[in-house]
Amino acid sequence: MFISALAGAAALAASGAAAALEWNFPPANSPIADDIHWLHQFIMLAVVLPIFILVFGFMFYACYRHRKSKGHPAEQFHENTTVEILWTIIPAVILVVIAWPVTKVVIAQKDTSSPDLTIKATGYQWKWGYDYLKGEGEGVSFVSMLATPREQIDAGAPKDEHYLLEVDRELVVPVGKKIRVLTTAADVIHAWWVPAFGAKQDAIPGFIRDTWFRAEKSGIFRGQCAELCGKEHGFMPIVVRVVSQDDYTQWVAQQKQAAAARAEDINKKWEPKELVAQGEKVYAANCVACHQANGRGTPPAFPPLAGSKVVNGPKEGHIDIVLNGKAGTAMQPFGKQLSDTDIAAVIGYERSSWGNKAGIVQPAEVRARHK
Amino acid sequence: MSAVIDTHGHGHEHDHGDHHGGYSGIMRWITTTNHKDIGTLYLWFAGIMFFAGGMMALVIRAELFEPGLQLVNPDFFNQMTTMHGLIMIFGAIMPAFVGFANWQIPMMIGAPDMAFARLNNWSFWLLPFAATLLMLSFFTPGGAPGTGWTLYAPLTVQQGIGMDFTIFAVHILGMSSILGSINIITTILNMRAPGMTLMKMPMFCWTWLITAYLLVAVMPVLAGAVTMTLTDRHFGTTFFNAAGGGDPVLYQHIFWFFGHPEVYVIALPAFGVISQVIPAFSRKPLFGYASMVYATAAIAILSFIVWAHHMYTVGMPVTGQLFFMYATTLIAVPTGVKVFNWVSTMWKGSLSFETPMLFAIGFLFLFTLGGFTGLVLSLVPIDIQLQDTYYVVAHFHYVMVAGAMFSAFAGIYFWLPKWTGKMYNETLGQWHFWLTLIFFNMIFFVQHFLGMAGMPRRVPDYPLMFETWNKISSIGAFGFAVSQLIFLYNLFTTLKSGATAPQKPWEGADSLDWTHLPTPVPYHTWETPPVLK
Repeated sequence: MFISALAGAAALAASGAAAALEWNFPPANSPIADDIHWLHQFIMLAVVLPIFILVFGFMFYACYRHRKSKGHPAEQFHENTTVEILWTIIPAVILVVIAWPVTKVVIAQKDTSSPDLTIKATGYQWKWGYDYLKGEGEGVSFVSMLATPREQIDAGAPKDEHYLLEVDRELVVPVGKKIRVLTTAADVIHAWWVPAFGAKQDAIPGFIRDTWFRAEKSGIFRGQCAELCGKEHGFMPIVVRVVSQDDYTQWVAQQKQAAAARAEDINKKWEPKELVAQGEKVYAANCVACHQANGRGTPPAFPPLAGSKVVNGPKEGHIDIVLNGKAGTAMQPFGKQLSDTDIAAVIGYERSSWGNKAGIVQPAEVRARHK
Repeated sequence: MSAVIDTHGHGHEHDHGDHHGGYSGIMRWITTTNHKDIGTLYLWFAGIMFFAGGMMALVIRAELFEPGLQLVNPDFFNQMTTMHGLIMIFGAIMPAFVGFANWQIPMMIGAPDMAFARLNNWSFWLLPFAATLLMLSFFTPGGAPGTGWTLYAPLTVQQGIGMDFTIFAVHILGMSSILGSINIITTILNMRAPGMTLMKMPMFCWTWLITAYLLVAVMPVLAGAVTMTLTDRHFGTTFFNAAGGGDPVLYQHIFWFFGHPEVYVIALPAFGVISQVIPAFSRKPLFGYASMVYATAAIAILSFIVWAHHMYTVGMPVTGQLFFMYATTLIAVPTGVKVFNWVSTMWKGSLSFETPMLFAIGFLFLFTLGGFTGLVLSLVPIDIQLQDTYYVVAHFHYVMVAGAMFSAFAGIYFWLPKWTGKMYNETLGQWHFWLTLIFFNMIFFVQHFLGMAGMPRRVPDYPLMFETWNKISSIGAFGFAVSQLIFLYNLFTTLKSGATAPQKPWEGADSLDWTHLPTPVPYHTWETPPVLK
């Protein structure tokens, strides 16, 4: 058993040589993350290590010297009031000493006042919605979801460098500015976390919480949802691109232009083929995790769409469930995330795929039911 | 304890030595009201659950061996993490220590049995029903809950009927714990032999007395939390739903008001076992008996005012964070006292290292590491970085496995000769210890690194940079599992054909059961209480 374990370890050492062994916090990129690293080192070196050496020095010395096999006689002392009082008071004093620097960091970490930019992060099963609420970029709004292809996850296809840590649309923020992140959620509790910023905040449905960071360097910083939120919890990363002030201003301008260009003509009549093609893309991004590419779902939690009564029934019922979701299930109200055109497209795709032949719906029909 | 015993009335016990209440075969076990039989039942139950929960851990570690989804889908993975946690805590660790309590407390305090013998039977026989319900949840539509053992709302509302099975199982488990605790409290307070004052009791009895109070206080709170979940799911209440005026975080407050004392429900009896084993193999009385009692009580009381340290990231006010942080760090003081006392017990003793002592020293070393990481996690800013990462997983496995489970093994090797009159195989015991120690660290030490590097817990798949540590951890898990088979083999061969144990295999053991009862202990003991002068 030992030998096989050793052989395994050796094989690992060989294969793992390529990938660096991560064993500490990722490099800090915010004042709070700097403080956290400093505190952690301080606790480990100034408190834990000396106590460790002292306690186990005594223990292992006793194990070595005070053995029966060496003929050490057992002394029978069993109390010493002075020593007992000392080792109660000294640890208490140590705690008071470490409380001071820690308290300062706790207060700084909680201070979300006077931000340069306020962004709301909304957790959905399983993606993040970002709304730029206040500051430069106000009004920018998008949804950010995993960009790693399913084949890499399920089918063993070769994995990219940033496997599971890549998204279709990154959160973009300017360097050196105080960013306040408001968190909330649409369904269950999620947690917004970027390790390099030392920022982690639960996103709680029905409530707004906040945290903040000030990135010291530009670059791309990656994190993951940190609160179990159901099936795809491991697949909703957070990617933040920190850019210079100029680049940020440029990015905001692009976003505004793109938004204006996207302003849809809601009354456009789509050709079925065109709509279904668009719907397939929307489906692959939003629906496939639960209802599966083959439309069979994974019942009973995630019902099949192939042959489904809703999908093959009246348009209104189908539109309503996509717009408003279904309470008490993972089916969420997509009316809050997708445009009416995209919803019409995905409904059209579902109604004409996997043997369903219920015909498409037009964006105007979705708009009519969108309250 | 150097109690002087009046031994009159001893010969009496031989008269009705081994009758088992008139039934034989399976009916003996179903109808038994004998504390030793019930202790045995608890221990077998715990053993079965330990292996069931262990299998689930292996599924988890096998899936995490490499990036990508290979063996199970994310839904089933979440079910595994949930059930592994519930089964290990409520099915394996807690019943194991109740088993020790049943066997040992009456013998240690000179009582003929537990105070409520029939209640004792019922406390145990609730457990198989609860375990069956838990296991059946896998076969319901939607499977077992995939919420993690903490069953956080509102994820619980999305689960299938398996969630309801789990809720009822938790109710039954809680009932069993409360009844068992009432029994332990009553036995200790009312049935001690004349002269066995509270401050003369073996430390194991003290830790259980305090644990039993904790259980009576917090199990109803857990029952409340899961009942509110049940009514939110089915009866339109909105305790945990903001849309109806509730709050998902309320669930966490209620759950952890139970959950933090629960940590000590598991740890305190483990401390008790260690406090019996270390003096026995140091051939020296327990150092600082009185301070040990006070430290145990202090830990129990503090455990009621620290619950929100599990919730630093929910966004509570800064004053709340500071209060819970200061209160939590305070726990280090009484815990430190206990560690210092154990080391001082060993100091200048006459140590020998049989299997129970090895597990006790393993406990002392690794549990203290879990204490250090606990101190690190108690500090709000560091915890916010590490919350819900593998660092936390590593931390609580150092407390639960290297703490509670090592202590349970120490107890089994320590008391098995007394209970059965058979001696286990020392060589195999030592192999079991060393392999368990090595593979335990292989699994969990590297998880500290994973957590610090940023791997969240409860994920079925992970980014490439975490691959190497995960591989090491998974290999360790399978090695750990194989090591436990050595224990099983040793246990079964001991029971079947073990060498006859000497009357007093551990020369330093000094509680009443070792000093004044024959080995193996007869079916009924202390029909006439000993008198301690």
